Amino acid sequence: MHEKHLMICGATGCLSSGSHLVEQALVEELEKKGIRDKYRLVMGGCPGFCEVGPIIVIYPDEVFYCRLKPKDMAELVEKHLVDGEIVERLLYKGPDVDMPARFYDTIPFYAKQKFNVLRNSGIIDPESIDEYIMRGGYRAFTRALELEPAAICEEVKQAGLRGRGGAGFSTGLKWEFTNKAPGDKKYVVCNADEGDPGAFMDRSILEGDPHAILEGMLICGRAIGANEGYIYCRAEYPLAIKRLKLAIENAEAYGLLGENILGYGFNFKINIKEGAGAFVCGEETALLASIEGKRGMPRPRPPFPAQSGLFGKPTTINNVETLANIPLIVKEGGAADFARVGTEGSKGTKVFALAGKIRNTGLCEVPMGITIKEIIYDVGGGIKGGREFKAVQAGGPSGGCIPGELIDLPIDYDSLNQAGAIMGSGGLVVMDERTCMVDLARYFLSFTQKESCGKCTPCREGTKRMLEILNRISEGLGIAKDLDTLDSLAESIKDSSLCGLGQTCPNPVLSTIRYFRKEYEEHIDEKFCRAGVCKELFNYRIDEENCTGCTACVKACPTDAIRGEKKEPHEIIQELCTRCGSCLEKCRQECIMITPVGSEADVSN
Amino acid sequence: MSTAVDIKEKVTEEIDLSKVDALIEPFIGKKEMIIPALQKVQDHFGYLPRPAVEQVSKRMRTPLSRLYGVATFYAQFKMKPRGRYIIRVCKGTACHIQGSPKIAERIEDILGLESGETTDDLRFTLEEVACIGACALAPVIMINDDPHGRLTPDKIKDILDGYK
Repeated sequence: MHEKHLMICGATGCLSSGSHLVEQALVEELEKKGIRDKYRLVMGGCPGFCEVGPIIVIYPDEVFYCRLKPKDMAELVEKHLVDGEIVERLLYKGPDVDMPARFYDTIPFYAKQKFNVLRNSGIIDPESIDEYIMRGGYRAFTRALELEPAAICEEVKQAGLRGRGGAGFSTGLKWEFTNKAPGDKKYVVCNADEGDPGAFMDRSILEGDPHAILEGMLICGRAIGANEGYIYCRAEYPLAIKRLKLAIENAEAYGLLGENILGYGFNFKINIKEGAGAFVCGEETALLASIEGKRGMPRPRPPFPAQSGLFGKPTTINNVETLANIPLIVKEGGAADFARVGTEGSKGTKVFALAGKIRNTGLCEVPMGITIKEIIYDVGGGIKGGREFKAVQAGGPSGGCIPGELIDLPIDYDSLNQAGAIMGSGGLVVMDERTCMVDLARYFLSFTQKESCGKCTPCREGTKRMLEILNRISEGLGIAKDLDTLDSLAESIKDSSLCGLGQTCPNPVLSTIRYFRKEYEEHIDEKFCRAGVCKELFNYRIDEENCTGCTACVKACPTDAIRGEKKEPHEIIQELCTRCGSCLEKCRQECIMITPVGSEADVSN
Repeated sequence: MSTAVDIKEKVTEEIDLSKVDALIEPFIGKKEMIIPALQKVQDHFGYLPRPAVEQVSKRMRTPLSRLYGVATFYAQFKMKPRGRYIIRVCKGTACHIQGSPKIAERIEDILGLESGETTDDLRFTLEEVACIGACALAPVIMINDDPHGRLTPDKIKDILDGYK
């Protein structure tokens, strides 16, 4: 029997901030004291608060330690584990709390969250099927075995679950189509090809709670009459793949996968397919082609996969987060509980990946219908460095940006569509005044342009032409009619592309033009990038009045473009400056100004 | 999206193909397993040497053109030898707006490489990756399996010096 359980976040975010070194130090410290056996250490799933990683949560005391360093472990062991005192120094501290916060309920980041999909993440050992079962796991599946397949589809429909992968189609309806499609061989496919740059919730679910996905697939298999499933997972997620494989082995050993499951005559097996790095494979028909061993190129629909999918058989394709919701819905009374959260048209919760210039980066799960303001200021803790909120990009390269003036917009499928963005997979990248919207549009388009599979001419050629125009604008060579040309190209690409990639890739351009037209015009007419991003369109200058002559910028400059003696105002030699921004990072007085090329005036504020 | 196929591969003679058959054995006769088969071959060689792909083509009775069609479609497959250390610069949105272009530029300057290229001594290969998923630490690079986060351009030189 273990005295305490120490859950160390072993997800990619915390690993990147060194959680494996913290674990090593902890083990060494415990062994030194000879008390290693009294404690259970788990490199577990993700509690979501990547910003303050590495994180250790100690149960049953429910104490949340963060920003840990290997050298903190001696104190943590000595004080907390041996003496039973909380180490205040290592608790969560921040401008949003008056005193160090002990646990989830006192940390503002968690206050507005509701855990459905992330219910087990960071709480159970993702490599233990027993812990999943102890938390009520596989109960929904055993209930599904008692139900008629059509009744399961109906429950999922009633719950109002919509696909979490992007388009937001009703999951129950999708299942019903496949259930009704004739054929004795059918497939369930889990789309774990999370490719949106800036979204990592699917990875976190796969790494933190792999059995939830297996259970979701089993229930789906039962509902549509399939006996085989595929998980198509990015090869870039090795930990997720490892944990899925282990979960499948364990489920097979428990008789929850395989032949005649639990004696109900239901057979199901799950295969894992590793993707090979192609964004377009997130599109369902391209994904199926890829599983079949072909180039991942989409095909026209109809026939929809529900009629003719994998290997020509009826197939249901669901995203990871969608499947993780299923066990909650199909358990006794689950559908009604699920539908109680959210808005009229968008039920349940949604996991968002908060990133960019926000204080609390990480994963959060919130009820549908929460406003952007609540997510950014209450959950996210506001903008980094106290700067002004400019916009948030929702839905990745297929989505759009939502400007500061729409900060009270509720986040649900329909409101986001109206604003010109999409829910997408749930990436929210927050931007402040140092983000250039032209550059952002250019960034997304260069991504989709590279990832276009090339099948449809409008997408293949059109995105290239749009990118050329945006490149020109950001180099100061924009002309007045560029915006109209962009607009008409965008509409043509949207109308005439076969798949979601082409149909949505102009969104970032359209939405930035819609909300930030002035900024585009400033690039084109005045050849000025106010955000200081497009290198040809601004100069750095030093505000001589505020410069204290600390020489920090002089030392940081890689091209020796900054002159000036100690305690004398410095000066930037424009001919030598490459606008790398190193000085801006180093200046504590914030006296590096962004000014139009050739101008002496301070227009940075 | 795809890498140009270098048809005139000079290293033909040096490729030891003796392991290829065993690697792809489980996939023989299963046309849908082309991608896993190529993944195995690439795991072994670090890239896809043409003679090895020819061998796969023969054993799996699949036209070479089809294999190259698949291999050049996916970003994961590499047609040229790569360095001991693979530097992956994250080009995700969060990294981009936090300055990953400046990080990439500094690495390019120091190593004299463009993305996709390898140094002559096979020490470094520079690549881009859509998103590592460590957005909280943006901007991030990975060198082999080591992530380096919260970077600024002036930290790059010391980091690269750590990989000999």
